[in-house]
Amino acid sequence: MHLSDGDRSMLQGEQGEAARFAMQIVTAFAEAVGAGTLLDISRAHIDGCLYHGEVSLDFVERLVANGGRVRVPTTLNVGSLDLIHPDLVHLPAEEQQPAERLMRAHEALGCQPSFTCAPYQTLFRPAFGEQIAWGESNAIVFANSVIGARTNRYGDFVDLCCAVTGRAPAWGLHLDSGRRGQVLFRLSGFPASQAPTDSLFIAIGLIVGQRSGERIPVIQGLPTPRDEDQLKALGAAAASTGSVALFHAVGITPEAATLADAFVGGAPAETIVVTPADVAEALAELSSAPAGHPLTAVCLGTPHFSRAEWDRLLVLLRQARPTRPVPIYVNTGRSVLQQLEEKGAFRNLTGWRLIPVADTCTYLTAVLEKLDGVVMTNSGKWAHYAPGNIGVRVAFGELEDCVASAAAGRVVRGVA
Amino acid sequence: MKRPAKVYFAGEAEAAMIVLSVPLSFWGGIDAATGKIIDHSHPDLGRFIAGSILVMPSGRGSSSSSSVLAETIRRGTGPRGIVLAHPDPILTVGAIVAQALYDLRCPIVTCPIGGLHSGDILRISALAPEGAEISLINSAS
Repeated sequence: MHLSDGDRSMLQGEQGEAARFAMQIVTAFAEAVGAGTLLDISRAHIDGCLYHGEVSLDFVERLVANGGRVRVPTTLNVGSLDLIHPDLVHLPAEEQQPAERLMRAHEALGCQPSFTCAPYQTLFRPAFGEQIAWGESNAIVFANSVIGARTNRYGDFVDLCCAVTGRAPAWGLHLDSGRRGQVLFRLSGFPASQAPTDSLFIAIGLIVGQRSGERIPVIQGLPTPRDEDQLKALGAAAASTGSVALFHAVGITPEAATLADAFVGGAPAETIVVTPADVAEALAELSSAPAGHPLTAVCLGTPHFSRAEWDRLLVLLRQARPTRPVPIYVNTGRSVLQQLEEKGAFRNLTGWRLIPVADTCTYLTAVLEKLDGVVMTNSGKWAHYAPGNIGVRVAFGELEDCVASAAAGRVVRGVA
Repeated sequence: MKRPAKVYFAGEAEAAMIVLSVPLSFWGGIDAATGKIIDHSHPDLGRFIAGSILVMPSGRGSSSSSSVLAETIRRGTGPRGIVLAHPDPILTVGAIVAQALYDLRCPIVTCPIGGLHSGDILRISALAPEGAEISLINSAS
């Protein structure tokens, strides 16, 4: 592998022990993936704030103890706690303490305390073509696909090592050659007037994730999305059921103006036809609760709600009349929440039990008051992971259905 | 049976195989305290990977899987080695970090995984990039 003088200097410990340790891991990883060299990155997003056990603290505190600092603007993904609303998370003290220590240790390295899984909808949004090292699967797929920035799927640890060294292995999605489409998903049998519903984008995401394997998917025939939040939901779903880090949507995403652009003149290795029946089946698998079933809560904001998603929700809340309301938990970034609070956006929501959650996510940690029962969500990612993580039954639906269900205290479908 | 393999993280290991027919995400898929498979959508829900050679087509899903793999290695609830049909950089990072912090090695190799069966004893010999291989030690069936 070819290393620059700066890389070698770090590796030899001339720039401190933390930089040496981090560069050792970056180069070991580069060798494992067959990268011939490293490249400069301009940003990092770190998915190391979730406490997964002692290994999480052992790693970051070793960097802190050895004087580590990040060399590029670096945002932080969610942690296990809501530091803005500390009473929301019902963790025993022995779990709370290391989780907070972990979040603080990352700040000590110079990372921004953003604690959001949607850094691309904050001031730290990268630009088209920017080389970045990002962790968090939904952020990775959004940055690559919707923005056209360039990152591989960096896991915990290596993302932080890239931030501390300012370098990443030059391979895969960082390079033109690694971004070419490989498998075509062609929507077929949908009406010409097919509405761009959230559930359509999520279902396509689930199917693309399941069937792409390691290949880069190209999606043809999607209706024009209402906004980038629908592409965010598609990517998050694809990165939940599969390992998709980049998708091209023909005529929609920046590297796929045409089908030929998406495949860079080549041909797909396989074409997979996706029908309305496939979409219905994918959505049915997300829901284990029928219409009419009593609800415990509604969980929104996985990935973290953007300003635009909040605006849609707040309009719906003001239109509906809660009769037997259940709590609506909404995960969001602390910077978005602060903007909304400054605007007074939560005033006069009489009758609702709206609970904004910052810094973390309701499928990761003990936020929900009750877990025995059915929880409704509009998120494909939440519906996919929550049964395993926190043991709930899930009803999936459009945002409009979620609001109507929260108002009635039972699953309501078909509002939209 | 011997099969050449490509090394993603070097080391040696020998144990009974757990062969998964579909990829598993360690995060959301494995309980690090016990090594139990907890992904409700996975056909091997409820099985334990502790002390095994874990064989699967590829990794899947969350980038937090590096931490969960490293934590299972630290606790001794993880696999002794991993054989994948397709490389997974996220699992590779977990193995690199477990070694860097605790000097515990969980080798990761790739090779075709057809014909490998749960319960059979497999040896991963992957100390050097060249000449790495997996070999079947004995067959349970």
